[in-house]
Amino acid sequence: MTSPLLEMRNVETYYGPIMAIRGVSLVVDEGEIVTVLGANGAGKTTLLKTATGALDSRKGRVLLDGAEIQNRDPDWVARQGIAHVPEGREVFPFLSVVENLEMGAYNRHDRDAVATDVETVYAYFPVLRELRGKMAAYLSGGQQQMLAIGRGFLARPRLLLLDEPSLGLSPALVEEIFRIITRLNREQGLSILLVEQNANVALRVSQRGYVMEVGGMVMDGDSNHLLASEDIKEFYLGKKEEGIRGRRRWKKRKTWR
Amino acid sequence: MLPLNDVVHLAVTGLAQGCAYGLIALGFVLIYKATEVVNFAHGEFMMLGAFTVLAYSEAFGGSFWPAFVLGCLTIGVVGYLIDAQIMRRIIGQSSASIFILTVAFGFIFRSLAGIIWGWNTLSLDTPFDGQVALGGEFAIATDRLAIIVATILLCVLLYLFFSRTRYGIAMQAASQNQLAAYYMGIPVKRLVSITWAIGAIIAAAAGALLAPVTQIDTTIGLLGIKALAGAIVGGFGSIPGALLGCLLIGIIEPFADYLLPEIKGVSPYIVMLLVLFLRPEGLMKQTFKKKV
Ligand SMILES: Nc1ncnc2c1ncn2[C@@H]1O[C@H](COP(=O)(O)OP(=O)(O)OP(=O)(O)O)[C@@H](O)[C@H]1O
Ligand SMILES: [Mg+2]
Repeated sequence: MTSPLLEMRNVETYYGPIMAIRGVSLVVDEGEIVTVLGANGAGKTTLLKTATGALDSRKGRVLLDGAEIQNRDPDWVARQGIAHVPEGREVFPFLSVVENLEMGAYNRHDRDAVATDVETVYAYFPVLRELRGKMAAYLSGGQQQMLAIGRGFLARPRLLLLDEPSLGLSPALVEEIFRIITRLNREQGLSILLVEQNANVALRVSQRGYVMEVGGMVMDGDSNHLLASEDIKEFYLGKKEEGIRGRRRWKKRKTWR
Repeated sequence: MLPLNDVVHLAVTGLAQGCAYGLIALGFVLIYKATEVVNFAHGEFMMLGAFTVLAYSEAFGGSFWPAFVLGCLTIGVVGYLIDAQIMRRIIGQSSASIFILTVAFGFIFRSLAGIIWGWNTLSLDTPFDGQVALGGEFAIATDRLAIIVATILLCVLLYLFFSRTRYGIAMQAASQNQLAAYYMGIPVKRLVSITWAIGAIIAAAAGALLAPVTQIDTTIGLLGIKALAGAIVGGFGSIPGALLGCLLIGIIEPFADYLLPEIKGVSPYIVMLLVLFLRPEGLMKQTFKKKV
């Protein structure tokens, strides 16, 4: 049996004495888009940071192609082939758009291929071509999100981690960005682990999904199934009981195995 | 009024002094931007640089340039190791303990230099003798001119390095968003150590070039505090600002010392106080452009 591309096994991560994720497991296979849903504070960002070494786990293992990568420096993990597009874009504000992209390719030495991939990014996000000489700080939030995704793509990673790419964007822009995420997966063969609060759009682009709450996985399955599930409908798709996100509680606890 | 000749002489002296402050301030600011550590021992790299170049020069039978290059590189290695072996481990501690640590380094370096090279004033033979005519009756001392030219050269080199090379741009990236730089696979820790090395090399170069003017003893590194004042005058965190601030206090200093000999050497701090009162963000306000 071959190992999955990414596997997290019973991972526990703490902020000081506070356990932020409690024994979480997850699998991403080659070629998949997998989504992790969760309300504010569920631990999604913590999960991704643990996967790429920005946070150390206290227990559990993170495996890339079956090899342990937990608790290493994030630059080392990046060189193993995981590109992390962090929450809130985190572009390099005083570098130009093209310099930002080239920083994504920092560890690549095939200059021609990098130049081709910069063109590929411009083909997916034409607005970035127009802005290529501009400092990233001057870009709009949506343009920065495109830049952050493009920068991650330029590493030519085995796996791309996307932390809430819809954050703060208009519905139309969210649609556009997710269309491109789907295309990157299909056309470039890019495997993607996507963290989202926007369940509707995330489940439509992904093949499988997990649902997190207060640091643990409470549900997982095919995205279609999750989309149809009553709990998801209620709490993420706004079919019932509108409330402040993060305050919503899962009603039928017993249904989660 | 001062005779014109004296004015020119004082201005050139001040300009050279300001350039030397500027070279040291460059190191302060580079390290600060990369790590948010203010290295109060930075002037000591200059002092160690002067002694090391002198030691090599004596070993090589007086030839300056090989000694200069080797001496600067040696201090670069010292800077690299200080970050990689010591600073890296204490990053994240309170800024007060880091402050005290860098001050302590200063004392340690001064004692070490005294133990190795003695406490007397030494002098370094450089190829910069005599004067260069400026036209008319004016001339500029070659040693001062060397400092000015070296400063311009080093600034151009650094500018090209930080704006054109992959390493340099990655250093900018790491100073703008360290975690994102890590996520891109940039070896941030190594680049920070290289930043320390670059800062140390520039300071060492300043020490050797300034040696004909200041001579060499264990206390010359204290001039680093004036460079720090200059960097604050210019707006700490901005490299062009730091250079400008240092040139300003450098040029004011000889005039102030000449006119008010009772408070010799104090003028940089007075200028700093004035700037802090009148324009606390420094001359070059760092609004947006945080370019290295
Ligand atoms: N630096 C920190 N120090 C202490 N606790 C933290 C820290 N960062 C996050 N937490 C806590 O860990 C838990 C998980 O946070 P995390 O950021 O992973 O949530 P999230 O699912 O990404 O939320 P959001 O959707 O708002 O981004 C939260 O309860 C949060 O308060
Ligand atoms: Mg988050």
